[in-house]
Amino acid sequence: MSAPRLLTRPVAALALFAALAALPPVALALGDPFLVVVGGRMLVFAIAALSLDLILGYGAMVSFGHAAWLGLGAYAVGVLMRWGIDDLALQVLAALAVALPVAALTGAISLRTRGIYFIMITLAFGQMAYFFFVSLSALGGDDGMALTHRSTLAGLRLMETDEGLYYVTLAALALAFAGLWALVRSRFGRVLVGTRENALRMQAVGFRPFPFQLTAYLISAGICAVAGVFLANQALYVSPAYMSWQRSGELIVMVILGGIGNLTGAVAGAVVTIALEEGLARWSDHWRLGFGLLLVLVVLYSPGGLTGLARRLTGGRE
Amino acid sequence: MTPLLAVHDLHKSYGALAVTNGVSFTVAEGELHAIIGPNGAGKTTLVAQLSGQIAPDRGRIDYAGQDVTRLDMPGRVRRGLARSFQITTLLPGLSALENVALAVQARAGSSFRFFRPAAAERALNAEAADALAEVGLTDRAYRLAGALSHGERRQLELAVALATRPRLLLLDEPLAGTAGEEAERLVALIDRLKGRVSMVLIEHDMTAVFALADRISVLVYGEIIAGGAPDQVRANPKVRAAYLGEDA
Amino acid sequence: MTGLFLLQLLNGAQFGILLFLVAAGLTLVFGIMDFINLAHGVLYMVGAYLMAMFTAQTGSFWLGLGLALPAVLVLGLVLEVTVFRRLYDRPHLDQVLATFGLVLMLSEGVRILWGSAPLSVPMPAALSASIPLLGPMRYPVYRLAVIGAGIAVALGLWWLITRTRAGMLLRAGASNRAMVSALGVDIGRLFRLVFAFGAMLAGFAGALVAPILSVDPGMGDNILILTFVVIVIGGAGSIKGAFVAALMVGIIDTVGRIFGPIWLRAVMDPQAAAQAGRVLAPMLVYILMAAVLAWRPAGLFGRAGAR
Repeated sequence: MSAPRLLTRPVAALALFAALAALPPVALALGDPFLVVVGGRMLVFAIAALSLDLILGYGAMVSFGHAAWLGLGAYAVGVLMRWGIDDLALQVLAALAVALPVAALTGAISLRTRGIYFIMITLAFGQMAYFFFVSLSALGGDDGMALTHRSTLAGLRLMETDEGLYYVTLAALALAFAGLWALVRSRFGRVLVGTRENALRMQAVGFRPFPFQLTAYLISAGICAVAGVFLANQALYVSPAYMSWQRSGELIVMVILGGIGNLTGAVAGAVVTIALEEGLARWSDHWRLGFGLLLVLVVLYSPGGLTGLARRLTGGRE
Repeated sequence: MTPLLAVHDLHKSYGALAVTNGVSFTVAEGELHAIIGPNGAGKTTLVAQLSGQIAPDRGRIDYAGQDVTRLDMPGRVRRGLARSFQITTLLPGLSALENVALAVQARAGSSFRFFRPAAAERALNAEAADALAEVGLTDRAYRLAGALSHGERRQLELAVALATRPRLLLLDEPLAGTAGEEAERLVALIDRLKGRVSMVLIEHDMTAVFALADRISVLVYGEIIAGGAPDQVRANPKVRAAYLGEDA
Repeated sequence: MTGLFLLQLLNGAQFGILLFLVAAGLTLVFGIMDFINLAHGVLYMVGAYLMAMFTAQTGSFWLGLGLALPAVLVLGLVLEVTVFRRLYDRPHLDQVLATFGLVLMLSEGVRILWGSAPLSVPMPAALSASIPLLGPMRYPVYRLAVIGAGIAVALGLWWLITRTRAGMLLRAGASNRAMVSALGVDIGRLFRLVFAFGAMLAGFAGALVAPILSVDPGMGDNILILTFVVIVIGGAGSIKGAFVAALMVGIIDTVGRIFGPIWLRAVMDPQAAAQAGRVLAPMLVYILMAAVLAWRPAGLFGRAGAR
């Protein structure tokens, strides 16, 4: 498999963000305000997909429990709102304060394993989080919690409207994107990618993989928890279903669809996946059947699987 | 004077097969010590144990006066015990310069830096360029490692190993797959390193071995059957018997 | 209290046996073929659904079982030929995606054919009695039969693996796939056999459990995760590991759920104990897994250098 270059095309990234920024006015013109809601979901999952791409695409760590961070972030919002704390910044801090220690613990254990074991143990940890919240009746258990209003930003109710929430989420996405763009080109990013390409080589020049992989795992969990904060705001609802393993699978699909190890691709992958789900759902209640079939067919018959298809569709890589 | 590397009674078995069967030898500072032996002698396993890739079942490895037997590979590299690989393990998607810069980065400061682009760090690139110049690959600096010729890749392997500023370099068949001019270039390069870097040279190419080695140990079926100055080894009847028909 | 404990112990053993049946096929697939199959759980589910359908149509538990098993075997073979065969040499990521897609398809397919409401399967008359256990407590014969069936399968597998040529090839393949292939053994055929057999075992487990549990579209997912935990604890590729780990998981999970709150009442008030018990009980198994992995990253009976 050829190694993807660290450089993604800045033009493609700018174009994508421009298109995303233009969505609400376009929706207004088309007279379909629901598009903004769908768009908001796309942005949330784009942040989550970006975070997963860091460890999956750049680090080759296939985590099948990534949706747990989405859930933790969302529950942080739910709990804080119950205590009357509406401020977005505080909620983000709380989300990080919960997600990072958990990530440190689960990451330290999971990273002792490789390959299939890693996939399975991250899957199991994700389920652990799911069952924990299902059994916590104080937080609604299986039914989850409804939120009465959205978070405030510096005391202002900017996010109460769908458009307001959309643009704040977009800003968060842009921030995450810029941060990760710099990260993968930094010293740290080099070691991460090098370890993915050839762990033996990295050890032979003096790098121990574990500290770098764990740090990447922590950063990834933190960013995804922030996505969870916005997810709670989008849906005005918090539920354990956000952490199901099917959700984790969806996140992996988004990253693959966009082309792994490609930040712009991760965003695009999330957008396309949500669009597909919404489109298929409008067609039939049993859209999962079609979606699953599509996945199987693309993996089987597109050479190089989904990544190859994505590569050809996005014009290949240098 | 204490030797730079002292290997004591090293043992490694895979099931019933004893691949390393009581190997002991020393390498003095500044020496180029060659290890030769027929195929299947266990040279690769020996190098893997010396570099820290696999742990021996029994025995001790002393490096620079310290017991490094339980120390992992990155630990040994940081103390100056580095290795080049027989099967090229470069990162094909990075340029030659970037490959070497990575090795420099491991030594120079923390790699837990998240925001400045590593490719723009002048100090890293300068040192990397020096290492490339050392092996004669300056004009290939920006070529992708995957696009280099086989001989150039062997040179790059050496450059990467050198960039870790080793005190003792384990060269695992550096001439593998090369011949003629390419091989001569590599031999000349290794010759230039003599005195500055101590080396353990695993090689099949006898011309190179006898041209470069200060001392030679002969490894057959996991045991050292002979050792000493090149002429002694060449005249040793046990060695001749082991190599009958395999003389290069 | 002893009676309740014994009861839960037996339930735990029965659950463990069920997990073993599902895990046995999957651990071989993981260990030998290095193939990650998320769709294994749906085979268990399909086994239960086919059992429900055939029992309803024929009016007989035994006929239903007799029809359901070959049906699952056929499904397993069809899946192997159409999908899995092309995935053996693909990177794990592709395997995860494709089998994930299969899970979506088959789960939704089951929903379309049978709806989302749980189905029930009547217990066979011959096994519907219960025998006295301890004092006034009685234990259903059916559950004992399940334990018995599971042990029989375990013994059969043990014999197959250690005493037959196919088993020897399997064990060899578990340590060195390339070598076995180089010896001229048709690896493809071996894989197909392992796969189909594993599928049938999973379906068998599903069929067996149909009278005791509710048959719903989500049952495959729940069992799949626990099966993974069993395989991770036991070590991929090890049948012995799967058996030990499955029993551990089954007993700890079952006993923990019932006795956790009871034991916690010794240190906290009943309501807090109930809540704490409800939260901690499902996590016990994962804590066990984490502890095992911290001690042995390749599982109890796994290979140290396992991928």
